[in-house]
Amino acid sequence: MTALLALSNVSKRFRGLIAVDGVSFTVPQGAMFAVIGSNGAGKTTLFNMIAGAMKPDGGAIVFAGQGVHGLTADAVCRRGIARTFQIVRPFPGLSVEDNVIIGALLHRPDVTAARGHAHELLRRLDLFDKRHRIASTLTLPDRKRLEMARALATGPRLLLLDEVMAGLRPTETDRMVAILKALNAEGLTILLIEHVMRAVMALASHVLVLDHGVAIAEGSPEQVARDPAVVQSYLGVETV
Amino acid sequence: MMARLTAGVTRRSAIPLALLLAALLAAPWLVNDYLLTMLIIILYFGYAGQAWNIMMGFAGQLSLGHALYLGLGGYVAATLFTRFGIGPWLGFAVAIPVASAAGAIIGFLAFRFRVAGIYFAILTIAFAEFARIGFDNWDYVHASSGLFVPVKQYAHNNPWLLRGDPTMFYYVILGATVLLFVLCHFLVRSRVGYFWLAIREDETAARAAGIDTFRYKMIAVVVSAAMTSFAGVFYAFFYNNLFPEQVFSIFRSVEIILGPIIGGIGTLFGPILGAFVLKGLAEALSSVMTAFGIDLPGVTQVFYGVCLLIVVVALPDGVWPPLARLLGIGRSKP
Repeated sequence: MTALLALSNVSKRFRGLIAVDGVSFTVPQGAMFAVIGSNGAGKTTLFNMIAGAMKPDGGAIVFAGQGVHGLTADAVCRRGIARTFQIVRPFPGLSVEDNVIIGALLHRPDVTAARGHAHELLRRLDLFDKRHRIASTLTLPDRKRLEMARALATGPRLLLLDEVMAGLRPTETDRMVAILKALNAEGLTILLIEHVMRAVMALASHVLVLDHGVAIAEGSPEQVARDPAVVQSYLGVETV
Repeated sequence: MMARLTAGVTRRSAIPLALLLAALLAAPWLVNDYLLTMLIIILYFGYAGQAWNIMMGFAGQLSLGHALYLGLGGYVAATLFTRFGIGPWLGFAVAIPVASAAGAIIGFLAFRFRVAGIYFAILTIAFAEFARIGFDNWDYVHASSGLFVPVKQYAHNNPWLLRGDPTMFYYVILGATVLLFVLCHFLVRSRVGYFWLAIREDETAARAAGIDTFRYKMIAVVVSAAMTSFAGVFYAFFYNNLFPEQVFSIFRSVEIILGPIIGGIGTLFGPILGAFVLKGLAEALSSVMTAFGIDLPGVTQVFYGVCLLIVVVALPDGVWPPLARLLGIGRSKP
């Protein structure tokens, strides 16, 4: 498998605090790659650097053979990396349909074509019947799927999901896992940042563990779960 | 073309829309000159409010300095007319790039250096004030003594030179208002319009969806400024005088935005409805006061304040969205 996304020695510091310290990893084409870590491990900072919301202080981020570090968030999206937000932010005052149309318009100048594509995605994510609802009136699981639909509408090659399972009930989590598996099976590369271990173990093909800004382990979910350093710092001794 | 024009217009809303347009077209035969002048002023504010709404209502960028574009439009057209005998329509053609350039400079400074929200609004006020002070001291445009468009008795209406009776001015501003309404109808349903709404709703999320927010905010400012400049051209030739203290005044800017706020920001009918409510009721109020022999200076301003209070407290989305629901037409958002 070829690498779709490669980070080498990426760092970010906030004044004295080193949030991400020389992290390197590669996400193969077609992977379901998870980054896990406790609160403050630097997951979201790492995520924001890949998505263009923050500029790295050092290191390189290469996507599909081209450096994307230092590009703005919109330019990163146009290159083919779409994201969701940890605290969901669909366009609150617009209808569900319009939210997804906006994403679809990125590579489709024609509104009618964009609407058609938006409808396809809304059907897939079980939101079609709610397409005329105003986004702010949806429940949290619906808003999470709406944000995913908007991200998918931009036609990404890599989907970045920031704690997409957080706050979901178990049945909703299973529904989300099924959706992600289906998308991945169609060839979409997904990079997840997660706190919920259960979802990651069921889903990911690769796992990277961050601790205090440093990557301490990488491998399959089983390998990582057995890694002594991971058990020590993240999973806690009791869970073994 | 017709299909696209009527896209989003339901059968239920087509009939009242047609009746309204017919009534407006027939107005010069139905009302006296006084009421016709009122209608001209109402449509003028409806037009200017609609132009401002492109920036605030669609793209979410609050401008409190739209008097700048209005004044530039008026001064460009009036100067070209009085100095070189160039007609107001060509004057408008020159005013468009002038006002657009002013908007582009403000937009560039603000959006490049991330001046947003209330600070952006203050920047727009500052530029309108620069213009007011600058024009007040610029002898070429007669500084503070004002620029006058010569008033002569014309044997017949001359729409090409915007010289004539109220009926002619009425049809000019009605035509402009309808054209701008149609333009906004198309814009808000286009790719640009969707991107504006995205920026208005959440700029960070808009960027994450791949939208070059700088570019689309610039388009909003430039289109809004260019369209507003026509209101200035109309103002100059309707009132025949321009004083920097009046046209570039912050009160002028506020007056423009009261209509859309009361009618409904971000809606197509809001600015026009707001102008009718505000100017229509204010005029009715002063007529009643005059009839009873009461003379209270400033009563109109107090009335504006009361209207604004009522809307802010009772109808935060403006008068149009609840009215539209009541009439069972359209969606509450464009």
